[in-house]
Amino acid sequence: MSDVDCDFRPVRAEQRWQFEPCGDSCIVVVFATLFSAQANRRAVAFSATLHDLLARGLLGGVTDVIPAMVSVGVHYAPPIIARLYPELLPYDAIAQVLENALTQQHNLARITPKRLEIPVCYEGDYAPDLLDIANACAITPNEVIAAHSGQWVDVLMVGFAPGHPYIGMHEPALKLTRRAVPRTLVTRGSVGLANCQSVIYPTDLPGGWNIVGRTPLSMFSPANQSPCLLSGGDQVRFVPITAREFEQLAGAQR
Amino acid sequence: MTIKVIRPGLFSTFQDIGRVGFQHWGVPVNGAMDQDAHALANLLVGNPTTAATLEITLQGPVLCFQAQALIALAGADLGARLDGVALQPGHAVRIKPGAMLRFETREYGARAYLAVAGGYLLTPLMNSASTYSRGGYGGLSGRALQAGDMIPICSSFANPVRLNIPAGWRLGAPTRPASIRVLPGREWADFTETARHDFLHEPYQLTAASDRMGYRLDGAALDLTQPRQLLSESVAFGTVQVPAGGQPIVLMADRQTTGGYPRIAQVASVDLPRLAQLLPGDEIRFSLIDLPTAQALFVARAHALERLEAAH
Repeated sequence: MSDVDCDFRPVRAEQRWQFEPCGDSCIVVVFATLFSAQANRRAVAFSATLHDLLARGLLGGVTDVIPAMVSVGVHYAPPIIARLYPELLPYDAIAQVLENALTQQHNLARITPKRLEIPVCYEGDYAPDLLDIANACAITPNEVIAAHSGQWVDVLMVGFAPGHPYIGMHEPALKLTRRAVPRTLVTRGSVGLANCQSVIYPTDLPGGWNIVGRTPLSMFSPANQSPCLLSGGDQVRFVPITAREFEQLAGAQR
Repeated sequence: MTIKVIRPGLFSTFQDIGRVGFQHWGVPVNGAMDQDAHALANLLVGNPTTAATLEITLQGPVLCFQAQALIALAGADLGARLDGVALQPGHAVRIKPGAMLRFETREYGARAYLAVAGGYLLTPLMNSASTYSRGGYGGLSGRALQAGDMIPICSSFANPVRLNIPAGWRLGAPTRPASIRVLPGREWADFTETARHDFLHEPYQLTAASDRMGYRLDGAALDLTQPRQLLSESVAFGTVQVPAGGQPIVLMADRQTTGGYPRIAQVASVDLPRLAQLLPGDEIRFSLIDLPTAQALFVARAHALERLEAAH
């Protein structure tokens, strides 16, 4: 399998996506069966294209567009699609609309990802699993922090809970599995680490990821005009802060 | 003008057609579990189907109306009594200030929908008044009703009153076992032949560990031909996923936006309202239909509802 970027070639000839029904009112556009940063970025880019068309009122009958790891889920209302394309099965009609959007996509300008630094306290009670992580990865806690905060990483998708981002991929040194026994409660703002990915818990939730630190930033504020801090396709870098800085930032957020 | 909550009932939340268009931020759709009953309750009092109704689960609240209003119930018959007189689902009634609505013995179904003409005065959040109790937002204070709550209503008699609805739309005592039509799920072909056969021929029971987020079923265990690691992907209302252990879970109104478990099937949208009215212990039999059939049924139901709305 080649991971060479082939964007200059005619996209259509390559069959680089597949349509699959997920019931009678959702269609999934699948870009790959295995994870790759390239497939993830294509899913994110296609989702952005569709959200742009939606905002301009050009995707009648489409209700939700959801970028995931290597796919985009498109929820639609069959009665509206049936009215717009009376001669077609609603599924076939929506597949055609998406096919057209995909083939025209390479005409669009590439979107520059939004970059955001996320302060994270890797100390004490904020980082209950730091030692376990260091042991599992056979490196020191300081090396864990350095590896985790060293570089810009992609927001792969948002899911599981409102504003809950999946972030990755970190360097291979941070490869460890999730905790054998999940916690029934993980505190809001906790940064979980597993399989070279991070998640941030937007609210108190049950969870099985290894908690490497905690951010004072709020991931999700339902009453805000833009309720979600991060979106798929953004890039973040974790910035180590002290417990004192955490308290100050958390106070300023309230 | 308000309704005072004397007793909250088991779990009563405001719901509408759902928080559509925000799933890319991980925001669940929520909304009424039984969208048909929700729509009918609204139509009975002359509201648009997008207005919020009160979704009442199993054991209803005791409500005191402090203003005159036009109300209707649809969906389950949870034994509603208005000042002592039985109030059947499917009828709109005018009520006087001081009237008490209480619920006594449940007759059938799990969820009743209470609509008030003019609607409840709730602040929409992300275009919806639906309550997401896990997230603590939407509806009235982001939670189920509590004793002492005052529900603001916007009593309006501008709309013509519809006094009853055609019999075909009324929910009767559900047939048992519930027969639910499904489409093949995204990983249908990854399940063993035995699993696919059992899913369509063996009974499944709704367990007590079921709620608005998901229905946990109990029946023949469903195995994959080989273990699979799946990447998180969109799921939908009615997705039947099978975690390790092999017992299926049907994702319902408060489902998460994405999931990573193998999906054996997807409930046809037209059968979701029936699923929403089941109780723990109820038996379900699944049968397979194809996508054109499911979509034709979906479109036909929407047209029928539109005709009801237009007949006002």
